[in-house]
Amino acid sequence: MLEFDFMQNAFIAGGLVSVLAGVVGFFLVMRGQTFAGHALSHVGFAGATGAALLGLSPMWGLIWVTLLGGVSMGALGERLQGSDIVIGTILSLALGLGMLFLHFFTAYATQATALLFGNVLGVNTDTLWTLAWLGLACLLLLAIMARPLVFASLQPELAEAKGVSLRQVSMLFLAIVALTTAECIQIVGVLLVFTLMVGPAATAQKLTSHLGTGVLLAALLALAEAWLGITLAFYTDWPTSFWITALSSSAYLAVTVLHMLRNRRPVASAA
Amino acid sequence: MSALSLQQVTVSFAGRAVLSDVTLEIGQGLFIGMLGPNGAGKTTLMRTVLGLIRPAGGRIRVLGEPASSGNAAVGYIPQLRSLAGNMRLRGWDFVASACNGHRWGLPILSRAGRQEVHWALDMVGATELARRPLMETSGGERQRLLLAQALLGRPRLLLLDEPLISLDPHHQHGVVTLVKQVQQELGITVIFSAHELNPLLGAIDQVLYLGRGQAALGKVDEVITKPVLSRLYGSNIDVIRMKNRIFVMAGDVEVEKEEHCHHA
Ligand SMILES: Nc1ncnc2c1ncn2[C@@H]1O[C@H](COP(=O)(O)OP(=O)(O)OP(=O)(O)O)[C@@H](O)[C@H]1O
Ligand SMILES: [Mg+2]
Repeated sequence: MLEFDFMQNAFIAGGLVSVLAGVVGFFLVMRGQTFAGHALSHVGFAGATGAALLGLSPMWGLIWVTLLGGVSMGALGERLQGSDIVIGTILSLALGLGMLFLHFFTAYATQATALLFGNVLGVNTDTLWTLAWLGLACLLLLAIMARPLVFASLQPELAEAKGVSLRQVSMLFLAIVALTTAECIQIVGVLLVFTLMVGPAATAQKLTSHLGTGVLLAALLALAEAWLGITLAFYTDWPTSFWITALSSSAYLAVTVLHMLRNRRPVASAA
Repeated sequence: MSALSLQQVTVSFAGRAVLSDVTLEIGQGLFIGMLGPNGAGKTTLMRTVLGLIRPAGGRIRVLGEPASSGNAAVGYIPQLRSLAGNMRLRGWDFVASACNGHRWGLPILSRAGRQEVHWALDMVGATELARRPLMETSGGERQRLLLAQALLGRPRLLLLDEPLISLDPHHQHGVVTLVKQVQQELGITVIFSAHELNPLLGAIDQVLYLGRGQAALGKVDEVITKPVLSRLYGSNIDVIRMKNRIFVMAGDVEVEKEEHCHHA
């Protein structure tokens, strides 16, 4: 199957994005901000459709609007974080706006499906380069801020006392999440970003309690799910996004059941 | 040089003074029990010392320096603990996150950093404990890990905000004994806030009692008295001593017990 250009592109794009999503997702789960990540992808939908309506590049509309959304979420800080109602309201408003933009721009209907559910098989070389550069920038920024990020996520009050600016950490991190979300949308779409960002990370942290191992495992799981999903899509002709979600949730389900069984055994023997 | 010195310090939120005109001096190497009803300003005082809250007036000196965040000489266990409830992260990673945690870069510890974490875990006897996921430890075990974390960077002043909360008397005793032992061994100053005096009685050198914006500092026998506490509570307080225990009563209600229930 690798003799096809579009398959090569799909594998490269899927590989780049999934590794990034796995790593960033691990910290997102650690901070308990998965819902914020989910909301950002919907904000991106409004950005992409809005840009298309204005005749601009949907991809860059997506990137800039999610970035703006991420940074402002971080700046609003505690007032917004953990507030499911506010985040949920923003999420639905963004989706509604996206619908409105699409309404005025009917020629865009097929693209809408790609935005909502992803289209990894349609990634061209230009997009590939954008994904690569953005991904690299995200990983670099994450490497620079990883230490205060972990500290601020695990012990915010102590971190603050030791001179970490919680707001700065939050803004920078949500900027990374926003860009990662924009990348994920290219692969699995607005509605399924959760599957690449949160699924592998949630699975990984059930398998290990080591921080470093967890990050690595999340990246590897995401990569495996993405590549296996693309392969299965090629042979079955079913949508890639379906396969990735199926793999991601099966992996999570499997380790959850495993975990439950393992935790039950000592109790059963003690009784 | 004193460990902590406050001169006419006033802290207010939206114009309401939580501490008004407080002056006190805490010598080095002392174990101070900080008491006071809910909302008396125990947490506020600690956050002010840490430089996280700017006082509306007065002067603060922490080990001779003005209070400012990022002071490595001050260790802290916060009262509100969000303890990474979403993750099965092992204790080691949790404790180690505070080792130079304010610096940019990857969270990979140097050899010296790892030794520092080992030392801190060893100080509180939590080396074994740190292998287990944090969310699977008990309240008492968690306090050990938090204490180890607070010891990183070798602080000379430790601020512990209600480490006894939600522990049974046996474990309360364990935590107080451990803190005392660490305090003596390192020769540092500890300010330990609590809702009940009795678990601290054998361990503390002085008590710092807060109430209605004011503070009283001194030996237990000087502070836990009818006139001082009546002033801090703004009502008639009786102090009843029984064997090695002290009961602070308002009418026929024991005030500390009362607060404890509110908190739970
Ligand atoms: N950030 C804040 N903004 C406004 N008011 C605050 C803030 N922090 C504390 N307060 C108020 O200051 C007072 C003192 O609060 P503080 O938390 O210091 O009390 P405490 O003695 O630690 O109480 P507890 O025993 O319940 O922990 C309370 O009335 C509280 O409502
Ligand atoms: Mg408090």
